[in-house]
Amino acid sequence: MLMLNPYQPVTVMSSSESSAMAKQGVKLFSMWASPFGLRVEWALRLKGVDYLYINEDLHNKSPELLRFNPVTKKIPVLVHGGRPIAESLVIIEYIDEAWSDGARRPIFPQDPFDRAQARFWAKFADDRILPATFSVYSGTGEELRKAVEELQEALKTLEGALGGKKFFGGEEIGYLDIAVGWLAYWIPMIEELAGVTVVSRENFQAIHEWFERFLEEEAVKEKLPPKEKMYALNRARREQLISGEVS
Amino acid sequence: MAGLVGGVFTAAVAGDEEVLLLSWRASVFGLRVRIALEEKGVRYAYKEEDVFNKSDLLLQSNPIHRKVPVLIHGGRSVCESLVILEYVDQVWDPSPSLLPADPYHRASARFWADFAGNKRSLSVIHGKVCIYGKLQIYECERRIRHNKYKDREAAKEELIGHLKLLEELLGDKVYFAGDSFGFLDIALITFSCWFYTFETFGSFVLENECPRLLAWVRRCMERESVAKVLPSPQEVFKIACMVRKKLGFVDEKEHAF
Repeated sequence: MLMLNPYQPVTVMSSSESSAMAKQGVKLFSMWASPFGLRVEWALRLKGVDYLYINEDLHNKSPELLRFNPVTKKIPVLVHGGRPIAESLVIIEYIDEAWSDGARRPIFPQDPFDRAQARFWAKFADDRILPATFSVYSGTGEELRKAVEELQEALKTLEGALGGKKFFGGEEIGYLDIAVGWLAYWIPMIEELAGVTVVSRENFQAIHEWFERFLEEEAVKEKLPPKEKMYALNRARREQLISGEVS
Repeated sequence: MAGLVGGVFTAAVAGDEEVLLLSWRASVFGLRVRIALEEKGVRYAYKEEDVFNKSDLLLQSNPIHRKVPVLIHGGRSVCESLVILEYVDQVWDPSPSLLPADPYHRASARFWADFAGNKRSLSVIHGKVCIYGKLQIYECERRIRHNKYKDREAAKEELIGHLKLLEELLGDKVYFAGDSFGFLDIALITFSCWFYTFETFGSFVLENECPRLLAWVRRCMERESVAKVLPSPQEVFKIACMVRKKLGFVDEKEHAF
């Protein structure tokens, strides 16, 4: 039943079976302060998919979560018609493919090269920008200064991919906006907690404006973690990290 | 026509567009792309890169990561092996389709391909060489090859653990997706030419640990695309030793070759 046995039984579904499956229950195991869970929710909302949200205590994970994702044991996990999918970017792509009837607009670009570009940049963001934001978040002194520089360099590269467009997806938000949009909410928070400026209107005009537009999007703005709670949680965790209490 | 003309590769023509692959002989990532192109019957030109002395073309077509593989199609470059695989599958469709049709099976293939490699890679620039770190299976093998004995043992256990997980995923099937060779097989089979190197440096025998996985490797090797593309394990071992020497690693168990 898990991703370990995804092909058993091997049945090819007819289109009526597929659409029946698509109507079946959707559950999302996530955590309210996770950017990875959040971007899955944005994708679900963009597609107009109803889902049951299950919040996990990451220090005390539910048996259900561990049963659905025994391999990495992480959230988010989407369970559709009883079948689990893990890894947020894989989940987002699944959402785009599973709910692809005419009424719902696609998340991914249609052109193969544009799709490849979107995938490339999403991976770049996860591989380079994500660790850099963590370094800023958990850094002090000279390390913090260097971390800010590295993060800015990576963001400048990403800004290039925006290419003067309204969104990475063009006139409307698409896969890449959803994949990296967490930055619009997290960067200002990290700046405040660490006492630094990373993205200002002067040094990152395009990204700054994209942050503002993204957070105004319907699918996004109704689904942001409550600010005070977020800041409190992250302030406490930052202090723990700096003092060396946790790694 | 592909060919070497005055020291410069001329790109093959596929349809209206030229296809050129920049890669390195022993790169598990580059080898994935080659197998995919062969499976799809795409005519392409291949340019071997010296990872210690990267060409201007490589640096220009992948300025962000400066790594192989890079697929240059109609003058535009596509980077990251799994991204290239999806691109190839979409452009040269459907002969044969590398990813399964069902969205859930596609998600599963993507999850496992990602698990095996390409997660959170950190490039450490050492001169002009990029060493990829922090990839699930790739990190283990790197740690096995490069690091001190104690960490090597831990890395070895982790690697065997990952391979056993894949063996469980494979189950009794011919290939990972069932009867058809596809995306996940391609993503994983290229590690197999490094197995002899892992075994030699790590002092273990995979046949004892994952016999069913090795049976799958042998089945894949019967495919023309795989047999044509993968270097021999002995060749990979020589390359690995050469890289270690170049990077100045000294091993308490010296391996002469």
